[in-house]
Amino acid sequence: MNATAWTTQVLEVLAALAVAPLFLGWVNMCRAWLQNRRAPSLLLPYFGIRKLFHKDAVIAEAASPLFRAAPYVVFGAMVAAAAIIPSMGTGLPFTSAADAIALVGLFAVARVFLSLAAMDIGTAFGTLGARREMMVGFLAEPALLMVIFVASLISATTALPLITERLATQALGLYPSLAFTAVAFTMVLLAENARIPVDNPATHLELTMIHEAMLLEYSARHLALMEWASALKLFNYACIGFALFVPWGIATGDAGPLDLVVSIPVLAGKLAVAGAWLALIETLSAKLRVFRAPEFLATAFLFAVLGMLVHILLGA
Amino acid sequence: MTVLESPLSACLTLLALWLAIGFCGVLRPNSFRLIARVLFPLGASCGALLAAVAAIGIVSPAETVTLLVGLPDLPFHARLDALSGVFLFLLGAASTGISVFAAGYFRKGQGTAPGLLCLQYHLFLAAMGFVLLADDAYGFMVAWETMALSSYFLVTAQHGLPEIRRAGFLYLLIAHLGAISILLSFGVMQGGSWQFTFDAMRAAHLAPGWAAAAFGLALVGFGAKAGLVPLHVWLPEAHPAAPSPVSALMSGIMLKTAVYGVLRVTFDLLGDPLWWWGLIPVAVGLGTALFGVVFAAAQTDMKRLLAYSSVENIGILFTGIGLAIVFQGVGMRPLAALALTAVLYHALNHAFMKSLLFLGTGAVLHATGERNLGRLGGLIHRMPWVAWLTLVGALAIAGLPPLNGFVSEWLLLQSFLFAQEVPHPFVNMLLPLGASVVALAAALAGYVMVKFYGVIFLGQPREPSLANAHDAGQLEKLGLSWLAAGCVLLGLLPVQVVRGLGHVTGQLTGHAVPAVRGWSWLLAPLPDREVSYAPLVLLLVIIGVVAITYFAVRGTYRRAVRRAPAWDCGFVRLDARMQDTAEGFGQPIRHIFQSFFHMDRELPSPFDSAPQYRVTIGDRIWIALYEPLGAVVQRVADAVAWLQQGRISTYLLYSFITLVLLLAVVL
Repeated sequence: MNATAWTTQVLEVLAALAVAPLFLGWVNMCRAWLQNRRAPSLLLPYFGIRKLFHKDAVIAEAASPLFRAAPYVVFGAMVAAAAIIPSMGTGLPFTSAADAIALVGLFAVARVFLSLAAMDIGTAFGTLGARREMMVGFLAEPALLMVIFVASLISATTALPLITERLATQALGLYPSLAFTAVAFTMVLLAENARIPVDNPATHLELTMIHEAMLLEYSARHLALMEWASALKLFNYACIGFALFVPWGIATGDAGPLDLVVSIPVLAGKLAVAGAWLALIETLSAKLRVFRAPEFLATAFLFAVLGMLVHILLGA
Repeated sequence: MTVLESPLSACLTLLALWLAIGFCGVLRPNSFRLIARVLFPLGASCGALLAAVAAIGIVSPAETVTLLVGLPDLPFHARLDALSGVFLFLLGAASTGISVFAAGYFRKGQGTAPGLLCLQYHLFLAAMGFVLLADDAYGFMVAWETMALSSYFLVTAQHGLPEIRRAGFLYLLIAHLGAISILLSFGVMQGGSWQFTFDAMRAAHLAPGWAAAAFGLALVGFGAKAGLVPLHVWLPEAHPAAPSPVSALMSGIMLKTAVYGVLRVTFDLLGDPLWWWGLIPVAVGLGTALFGVVFAAAQTDMKRLLAYSSVENIGILFTGIGLAIVFQGVGMRPLAALALTAVLYHALNHAFMKSLLFLGTGAVLHATGERNLGRLGGLIHRMPWVAWLTLVGALAIAGLPPLNGFVSEWLLLQSFLFAQEVPHPFVNMLLPLGASVVALAAALAGYVMVKFYGVIFLGQPREPSLANAHDAGQLEKLGLSWLAAGCVLLGLLPVQVVRGLGHVTGQLTGHAVPAVRGWSWLLAPLPDREVSYAPLVLLLVIIGVVAITYFAVRGTYRRAVRRAPAWDCGFVRLDARMQDTAEGFGQPIRHIFQSFFHMDRELPSPFDSAPQYRVTIGDRIWIALYEPLGAVVQRVADAVAWLQQGRISTYLLYSFITLVLLLAVVL
């Protein structure tokens, strides 16, 4: 627990907060290019958040204090999650307070509060969105947990930085189990971040929306926090993916400040590739009917379980 | 003699006090003031004292005493050790909150007279206490049956309603099937010595086959009380039928006596369990957990929903017990201690969370007269105290950090991650997959709780009468706050709790889970793995982030808040019927887990002039197992009824034939 470690910790959280909307902007930009549209500015998410913060908030008459508290709780949970996930360096002191299982728990906190807030006003769309979000969540959450378990079984710990460190520093080996879980993780990432094929972030079509339906009643600063939190969630998921499947280039345990500096462009590169790849998946696939979403997620869950079985069978 | 010298006699005194309080109620059965203002609060303070004494009992060495009650040659033995201590603590601490709540809850004109209820209630508490203290099979069975009978009368408090009588009978039937099984298990365990003290059973050496039989019988017997599938059918009937404080006692505490029984028999009386025994509770427990939570998601009655959620939690507890047996059997004792810690922790957690939720539904029921989720909604505005305190319980049972449900789940998942080291092929592959079922059940529990909380407390009131709902009274608020505080403290102080539970696992497995590494607020139960959890830090960080965000946003932008009608995509005629119903919220679960349910659906066709949509959900196990069984019993009874001809001469003939047969045998 030295000063460098705490600096890394704080810098990583601040970087996550700052970069998350940029990453979202990048994904949107790539999507526009792939779909032969003129891309909006890379900074559009920042402008959106700034604009929302400058507005007067309108809150429904039937809203309870829970509705107003939820954006802060969701945002807080996402920031705490960002503090657990190693993005540039693995020497994160906060991670001894919360491991990878707690990380999944933090995502669950955010999801439950978001859904409860959506049910608070009592509109048709709100409850519909809450129901669908929980439906996606109850399959995506165990799938994510299974993905993390496979990595934990390989590295004999559930502390995320240690998993990353052990996966990053050992000799380059082939892990068939990680291949399965990588597929599962990608599917979970798409579902949890309201991307195609489970949800469409660009639509407000009532019959299909999930995430947007829950935010309909929010405005101004509350909406800004929710938007920022969901950008942060996407960033967090991307970083979990890097930490588990492409951990190379991250500054491990006893690394000095120089390694941290080196790891910044590495992270930027990974994010650029991941964003483009995400946009590609979204462009190539069609939105599923809501009823098909459980099948998609059950597949993800089974892939993760299969990954675990493969790990136990092959020991790798 | 002070309490510190003999916590056991203090415990017994407190149980006797509970009995005395109960009998005081019968003296003035209709004096509502005496019962609500004096006796129930007294009972609650006994509970608090019991918790304190039991906590001393956990850390003190085991203590035994022979009581001067019972039959002449068969006195009752009592013993207080760490295992009894932790369950007595659970009983005392949780019942304190429930009794305080009950003092404000029981009203006039609810079937059974208040004085009689007071007797049954405190008899039930005392019986549960003695189940935990008994040190011989005789005393144990007497207490066990008293517990079953007193709770039967409590369940049927509103005996005017036929469905409540039916629920009561079903409960009584399965309770007795279980009791017979437990009795047989004790019969096997005495091992030919014909001594029914637990000491004799500890000393008896059973052949592996007999030991397995005793374990199996105990599992069936205690499983019937706990509500393991397929013996769960009484639970969703009986728990909702009872008045809410009684539901809380039954779900929160009574189910844990079954967990205690299994632990006592397996790890103490039988001694060294064989590893493969553990596979049965793991398999049954996982099935029960998934079954319970899926059914909970489909319920429309708030108390039935909670009862099914109890089934789920019992499943998780038995999964943990099974895992502990496997680890113990193969000699991985530190891991057995870890799994047992998870079980005991979860038992404590569930006692607080489930009692809190049941009492919350009780307050709602009193305020609105409704149990049906389809007629509730928006109560957070009318009953803020109940709503916010219930939120704590709902979040805790959904397994969200930093509350208590998460800690035990975390411990259980950690122990599952070691299951691949069990030195038996196939088993070491299949066991870790159990973690996926636990994870799925936990995630579904989140779904269930969002449904439960959202439909009752959030949204718009679904009935106009809900506008008159009032918040709970002072005593009720106090009881709810006590339990909510328990949930929070158990969640934030895992190190202290795990350290306390270490005495129990030390007794049962010879190992205590190391609670900390380095820093005293950091729960680190696995010494050779760098895994740790500190909920207090997590909570402080989240609170810190929320506070900084709040003040930064408010300080920088200073924008006003305006209230307006809900936007709802510009739709103007919004009313309460446009919200999701409980059925609607459960629909995805019914769709995905279709094969779990027996569904009767009536779908309207587009040409119906008066379209109707109706769906009823049944339990396949009831239809596939209990109904045929009932039919067989009915047929046998019908056949035997032929003997009853109704003529005296025929009966005299029976007596004559019997006598002749007896003489033929004797001579």
